[in-house]
Amino acid sequence: MNAILRPTPSPTAAKIRTPLARARGLGSSKEGATHFWRQRVTAVANIVLASLLTFVFVKLAGADYATVKATLKNPLVSLLLLLFIASGVIHMRLGMQTVIEDYVHAEGRKVACLMLNTFFSVIVALTSVWAVLKLSFGA
Amino acid sequence: MADATQAPKRHPRPISPHLSIYSPLVNMVMSIVHRLTGVALYFGTLLLAWWLIAAATGPAYFAFVNGLLTTLPGKLVLLGYTWALMHHMLGGMRHLIWDTGRGFNISTVNFLSWGTIIGSLGLTAAIWVGALKMKGLL
Repeated sequence: MNAILRPTPSPTAAKIRTPLARARGLGSSKEGATHFWRQRVTAVANIVLASLLTFVFVKLAGADYATVKATLKNPLVSLLLLLFIASGVIHMRLGMQTVIEDYVHAEGRKVACLMLNTFFSVIVALTSVWAVLKLSFGA
Repeated sequence: MADATQAPKRHPRPISPHLSIYSPLVNMVMSIVHRLTGVALYFGTLLLAWWLIAAATGPAYFAFVNGLLTTLPGKLVLLGYTWALMHHMLGGMRHLIWDTGRGFNISTVNFLSWGTIIGSLGLTAAIWVGALKMKGLL
């Protein structure tokens, strides 16, 4: 199986993996090229999604509530937003993980920052998704 | 033999020169700005989430948030957000080119780096001029 398709173990989880898991060709970082590859896949997706959504946001800048609501209810716009939230949040979490690993060296603080990074990303993603779904399906 | 149980004595090792010793080069500055805009966009997602929640909550709360975003400081934040997104996107495209192993000679590196900053300012201007024209404000 291609290493790229494996789930990303967290840096902490990597330490408690079995010797067999370590032996499966994922290198000393225990996750092979997964982080690198996901960052690129989401980067390409973000280029497409952000470019398309720019037109939506330009249209909605300064618009009244009825227009904003009607536009965000449009299935195409909702789906673009959901895709962008998913791809964007994965991308930003990976990016912030790199920044934390570059600058935060104390083990305890680093693990805490990496956890907060995940919490922040999940909260941003789920609140945004909730809002889009409420606009799509709500009364 | 007793030494083997003790921690080896630490000598100060020579360290490699870091950022502060180099005069700024365009690709180095763009690399730093790429990271800074990435971090800014990370926290900027709060703005997008907040705006979406406002739209999902109702007209009164949306009017409040929209009112804040259309003040001068609000517009400046959105202008900065636009530029950060464009800069990070173009910087990312530059990295995607480099990922293929292409574009590493000095003249191309400089061209792509200048292209990132000039392109990001150009795209930001185009988006805002386009938006203002669409609203008949320009």
